[in-house]
Amino acid sequence: MRVAVVTFPGSNCDYDCYKALQLFPEFSPEFRWHRDRELGGVDAVFLPGGFSYGDYLRPGAIARFSPIMESVTAFARAGGPVIGICNGFQLLCENGLLPGALLRNESLRFRSHEVHVRVETERSPFTLAYEKGSVLRFHIAHGDGNYHADRETLAMLEGEDRIAFRYVTPSGDLGPGSNPNGSAHNIAGILNTERNVLGMMPHPERSVEALLGSTDGLGIFHSLRAHLSGATAPLATTATEAAPRD
Amino acid sequence: MKPRRGLLDPQGKATQHALESLGFGEAREVRVGKVMDLEVEAAGPDQASERVEEMCRKLLANPVTEDYEVSVVGEVSE
Repeated sequence: MRVAVVTFPGSNCDYDCYKALQLFPEFSPEFRWHRDRELGGVDAVFLPGGFSYGDYLRPGAIARFSPIMESVTAFARAGGPVIGICNGFQLLCENGLLPGALLRNESLRFRSHEVHVRVETERSPFTLAYEKGSVLRFHIAHGDGNYHADRETLAMLEGEDRIAFRYVTPSGDLGPGSNPNGSAHNIAGILNTERNVLGMMPHPERSVEALLGSTDGLGIFHSLRAHLSGATAPLATTATEAAPRD
Repeated sequence: MKPRRGLLDPQGKATQHALESLGFGEAREVRVGKVMDLEVEAAGPDQASERVEEMCRKLLANPVTEDYEVSVVGEVSE
């Protein structure tokens, strides 16, 4: 299963995504440079976190016009699984593959710390290995993670079960302290209408080894692997167990 | 360009609170945006405006979150 990890000037989480993918013998991660025109015959695409183009103008605003994005957009529109993490999520909102926008954190401060998110839907190539309602420990590191969309869009996202993750307290509720950046409806991650494109602000690729403090991010990769192997129904497996190594 | 009306503008809010604490409580609403100066080669001001509007739509502004205004402020001689 070939997975492209796209690097823009300023991306800095590309290696973390690559190494997380390497934990699974089935995945062959391959870097793609923003100037490459062709994605090649890959099965999935990662748009990693970082500060592409220094976040100049707006985060992701310039990266969306990179040559590689034409290929990525076509891949996404054809149903290919695409995940945008942090800056990748910002990029996907800027280029319209996902609705809404990521604004400056409500606190105006860069937030770099652990958060808890709740899995809101298992119906996607990236979440089918999780159990809906599970509370996961991820990390965020962003200054512009405040998800915003107009009332109609938010209603649509809720109504169509397209909210993938929501920020919660460690006990799994939306009480005080749950929302690190002011995101509408505590939204941490969303899906497009066809459910093949996921954008999320937290970094699952940083929660893939016990040494890093949390392995809750493994479920994203388990899900993708299962999806590419043909699984379509949700399968709440031991999503947070370390992948078997060769 | 500036954040759309009705959108929570954290920078604007922080600025407004700062003004308030300095005794400028009469500043009710503050929105913080940005100004871009573009030198555009064009046949005339109308054409320049039109092209810059297109630039705004395509790249310079995010229509979900920003309102913008284009105005021609002068001419640069060759």
